[in-house]
Amino acid sequence: MKVQVDERGYYGNFGGAFIPEMLYPNVEELRENYERIVQEPDFQKQLNHLLKDFVGRPTPLYLAERLSELYGAEIYLKREDLCHTGAHKVNNTVGQILLAQRLGKKKIIAETGAGQHGVATATVCALMGVECIVYMGEVDMARQKPNVERMRILGAEVRPATSGSKTLKDATNEAMRHWINNPTDTHYIIGSVVGPHPYPEMVARFQSVISKEIKAQLLEKKGKENPDYVIACVGGGSNAAGAFYHYYNEEDVKLVAVEAAGLGNHTGESAATTVLGKPGILHGSKTLLMQTEDGQVVEPYSISAGLDYPGLGPVHAHLHETGRATFYSVTDEEAMKAGILLSRTEGIIPAIETAHAFAALNQMSFNPSDVVVVNLSGRGDKDLDTYIKWGKY
Amino acid sequence: MNRIDQLFQAKKERVLNVYFTAGYPQLHDTVTIIEALEKSGADLIEIGIPYSDPIADGPTIQESNGVALANGMSLKVLFSQLNDIRAKVKVPIVLMGYVNPIVQYGMEAFCAKCEEVGVDGVILPDLPMFEYTSYYKPMFEKHGLYNVFLITPQTSEARIREIDDNSNGFIYMVSSASTTGAKTSISIGQSDYFARIKSMNLKNPTLIGFGISNAETFDKACENANGAIIGSAFIKAISEEGDLEKNIEGFVKSVID
Ligand SMILES: Cc1ncc(COP(=O)(O)O)c(C=O)c1O
Repeated sequence: MKVQVDERGYYGNFGGAFIPEMLYPNVEELRENYERIVQEPDFQKQLNHLLKDFVGRPTPLYLAERLSELYGAEIYLKREDLCHTGAHKVNNTVGQILLAQRLGKKKIIAETGAGQHGVATATVCALMGVECIVYMGEVDMARQKPNVERMRILGAEVRPATSGSKTLKDATNEAMRHWINNPTDTHYIIGSVVGPHPYPEMVARFQSVISKEIKAQLLEKKGKENPDYVIACVGGGSNAAGAFYHYYNEEDVKLVAVEAAGLGNHTGESAATTVLGKPGILHGSKTLLMQTEDGQVVEPYSISAGLDYPGLGPVHAHLHETGRATFYSVTDEEAMKAGILLSRTEGIIPAIETAHAFAALNQMSFNPSDVVVVNLSGRGDKDLDTYIKWGKY
Repeated sequence: MNRIDQLFQAKKERVLNVYFTAGYPQLHDTVTIIEALEKSGADLIEIGIPYSDPIADGPTIQESNGVALANGMSLKVLFSQLNDIRAKVKVPIVLMGYVNPIVQYGMEAFCAKCEEVGVDGVILPDLPMFEYTSYYKPMFEKHGLYNVFLITPQTSEARIREIDDNSNGFIYMVSSASTTGAKTSISIGQSDYFARIKSMNLKNPTLIGFGISNAETFDKACENANGAIIGSAFIKAISEEGDLEKNIEGFVKSVID
């Protein structure tokens, strides 16, 4: 069974484009044009140039020797934390800004949770001299303050989302409302593999550079392209989709996705969608969704703003349903400890989102010969406040 | 015959459709509001099923959704309130809602229940036409439930034709690119759009919604369509202090008289 999107935007039972008619022309314009545009030689040339000289790709694949020794496997870190702006998010925003220009769009909007996608969007808008508005939940603005100021320094306007749980879901609602009110001159740069078709596949393709590089780097280091495991954290699922993309249909590679369990999956304070969710519709796609019996969306919780989302990308709902990927969930406490451990063993302070991926290593068992790739999606500079408040280091 | 068809056969001009959110301002106001609207002269009533994430709605309706949910409104409660509504009113009723709560209720069960209590149509802004025609249309037809689609100034002519073919009852003409309640008046620039739709001679009647708030905007809309839909302005009117039924009567009369 192949993992791929069909022409209606479905991965198996999940996906589609559940949008109000007001958004139909925008989304249709994107659907009709993006595949052609991204294949144009001029687009490819400019994208590759920016990924190399602006973002700093390829990012290293680093053998983490002390961590390997600790877990009894050969563990490689895909260093997305070394991307310009500090996380994988910029791979997508570079692609989408080039696309927006070719669609003749003059203004950019985005939503952000941890602020990484907002910063990555503000960055490419500054680079291209385009007006940028970023919606961010009020709660997230407080816990990711440095990123709010980074966006402002870059010239973006940060608008607080004050409805609902005042986090990523609500920022996404506000961005969608903004787009409904400004349909012709504005492009919406969605930050993860969520939203109506074609966004999930488009964002995954821009992020797929991660697994493309892993393949080439493993071939060089190990003489083979495929590791035994690829591990990534999942908020909406863009860094995971990028790390899995070229391995979706390589059955010998085990795909491991890690969700945030907040205070614990049975405390009512969690964001582990595959554990707590049922099929439903959010932000334009059918996916797994945390919701009440009446179909109202439940407000999730995680210490990590980037994972604090009640849904996940439809491709991940599909990987979960088919068993192609294994899902783990990790509490705040476990993630914070894993973040400190990585700092102490490898000299890398990870983003708290990313720390969740590392915490899953504790729930897995390996053979010494196993080759494991952990996608180090971002660095922890933005999370210093949270590390300090947590305090146990 | 479906009550919506009966309405448009009898009345081709100045049809007034009023929207309110079920469970707002109080959980058990639903029947009172419907009766007062019919008595005051509303021709059609659109009942909003509250949702946690109403992305096509502006602040006024968002807030009413939040209050209604906090009051305990749900589809189950709404259907129980509507149980003997047909013993009380004749006015056609449509339910407006986002698709997730309905999918959780079960689309087939929802259509059956609508027929049972006497709901005539639905407006589901985030149910794409493709999904509707591929999976759900037979359920709607089986239960005589009409599905009303939206068009906007950006909707292409080909798509308007497709929507016209797959709709029944009426077509909801969104006056301008916006969420509900965002603009306070309909502007001159919309005349082209209105004229374009008129010249297409659609098989369904049209009602203009979004930005209709008072007699002036209602009159303007009625020059360009069979009538209009008022939402946010009505929610504001029933949020006022004082007697609910008097507020409703006062508001409707101020629009149509
Ligand atoms: C460093 C980092 N990793 C992961 C995520 C989660 O997003 P996604 O699941 O789309 O990769 C975020 C989101 O803000 C992030 O900043």
